[in-house]
Amino acid sequence: MNLVINGKETNITAGLTVNQLLAQENVQMPDMVSVELNGQILKRTKFDQTILKDDDKVEFLYFMGGGSVSN
Amino acid sequence: MSLTEKQIERYSRHIILEQVGGKGQEKLLRSKVLIIGAGGLGAPAGLYLAAAGVGTIGIVDCDKVDLTNLQRQIIHHTSDVGVEKIKSAENKMRAINPDITVQTYQTRVDAKNISDIIRKYDFVIDGTDNFPAKFLINDACYFEKIPFSHAGILRFHGQLITVLPGETTCYRCIFSAPPPANAVPSCSQAGVLGVLAGVIGSLQATEAIKYLLGLGKLLTGTLLTYDALEMNFRAVKLNRNPNCPLCGGKPKITELKDEEQVVCDLKNCKC
Ligand SMILES: [Zn+2]
Repeated sequence: MNLVINGKETNITAGLTVNQLLAQENVQMPDMVSVELNGQILKRTKFDQTILKDDDKVEFLYFMGGGSVSN
Repeated sequence: MSLTEKQIERYSRHIILEQVGGKGQEKLLRSKVLIIGAGGLGAPAGLYLAAAGVGTIGIVDCDKVDLTNLQRQIIHHTSDVGVEKIKSAENKMRAINPDITVQTYQTRVDAKNISDIIRKYDFVIDGTDNFPAKFLINDACYFEKIPFSHAGILRFHGQLITVLPGETTCYRCIFSAPPPANAVPSCSQAGVLGVLAGVIGSLQATEAIKYLLGLGKLLTGTLLTYDALEMNFRAVKLNRNPNCPLCGGKPKITELKDEEQVVCDLKNCKC
């Protein structure tokens, strides 16, 4: 099935949860990512239960600091 | 207040813009912008706002200029190494434009001092390098109802969003709390292309000027992300989060509180 991840059409296996998608997309530090699903920020506690559907729009949003380091 | 001959000449490229004009320039000269952090993001923002004739510019920082800063913090020069950043920044801004007043705050913002500092300003630029400060600025600006520009940069990426507190998506709508300690890359793992700070800090200054002059469409409800390697900007629409712990329907945060610093302690970390 097709998802739009950060604006890019991506083909993924059906039935993945948000957590599984984060793993599959090689998101290195999932704790540093906030996820928006179809225009709504998804609670972190729901990453495990939320199963992605065809045509879902997913945004991975990353924490970023300011200077040389994201501290 | 009316513009002097010299000011009409100095700001002629602003004044000639239909959307700015003499009135707009006078407005800028009466405006007050606070820059928190005289580092990578604060450097270009400070220089451009000074050049633009923003009449009062506040700058907050507690650090001294370090050699590792010079790769991106263009407001500081080699001869400034060891000098207080606020002093170094003030000197450059005043050198560019003696018209303006620079207010310096040799401190780190915390829950106790931030409200008194930001209250005097029309707009705040978050140029800080750490998450506790970013959350604190978001929260304090919410309680004081002061619009601000949030930004971050990392490696080849940058992002920013403008927040009109209580009206548009805030930082906590997107990230409810700072990331856990073990999730944050350590000092040695991360880096940043210096010019990223220039790109993103300049965009923050643009938002400040647009807000002050009521021009165009602000970057609210939208996170602008920049990927320097792909040379790609994306505007990501972000609605307000009804579960936001700060500006949502049932707020959990009702007063200012310092967030824990979650990564390497700042003393050993030149940011
Ligand atoms: Zn919010």
